[in-house]
Amino acid sequence: MAASTVIFYVLSALALLCGVMVIWSRHALYSAVYLVLSFLCLAGLYVLLTAEFVAAVQVLVYAGGIVVLFLFLIMLVNLKDALTGRRLRVHAVVSGAIGAAVMAQILYVYSRGEIRAAAAAAPALAGEGNLQAVGKALYTDYVLPFEIASVLLLVAMIGAIVLARQKA
Amino acid sequence: MPVPIGHILVISLLLFMIGVIGVVTRRNAIIILMSVELMMNAANLNFIAFSRQLNNLGGQVFSVFTIAIAAGEVAVGLVVVLALYNNSDTVYVDEIHIMKG
Repeated sequence: MAASTVIFYVLSALALLCGVMVIWSRHALYSAVYLVLSFLCLAGLYVLLTAEFVAAVQVLVYAGGIVVLFLFLIMLVNLKDALTGRRLRVHAVVSGAIGAAVMAQILYVYSRGEIRAAAAAAPALAGEGNLQAVGKALYTDYVLPFEIASVLLLVAMIGAIVLARQKA
Repeated sequence: MPVPIGHILVISLLLFMIGVIGVVTRRNAIIILMSVELMMNAANLNFIAFSRQLNNLGGQVFSVFTIAIAAGEVAVGLVVVLALYNNSDTVYVDEIHIMKG
């Protein structure tokens, strides 16, 4: 087994473990720290799946930006420590059923073998760097979604400011 | 030999399930938002796995869009939680009944 394969499974196990700890931790602060770890492990997975640009964006936006937002909110909000561990245990059955249904769907699609058939027919990508290729795709084929995403971010920014200023 | 896509799909599925369980069982609105983030990351992992499998760059481009949208979603979602905290002094979803008739 190649070293990169071993690293892949170790990283994915770590990502899943940190994901479990996110919803298991008693205090939201610990959850945020485990969330960073999970995001970083996923960035490692993206590198191993030859998506270096997405891995960099993942580290910058998720591990750098989003988790800082979470930490700000946790600091702003006064959490009652004694209560944070209480969970809605009755709903565990519902979530298990949803998860099992989704898993059955994906396993069914995979078992039909269409994914592997499509992969055999797909052409190879041009032999250039991942960053170059993604940049070229973003500004040529996907330029309209790119602009829409920037407008969406502007709307989100304005909405956040308006909502935060409402209660003075 | 690269990792088979079935294994990646199962990993992403497990991550998604962790997110679902977090959303359904936790009471803290902040941790519910974190679980939603986990679910979006699972979707991203699927995008990238299929992008590699099908030799198509579209998956990677779309996961960049997903990350951008997740950033906006978190910004607005967290401000909503903050407004909720300012109005009703709690972030625990089972203590909030303002929509109950």
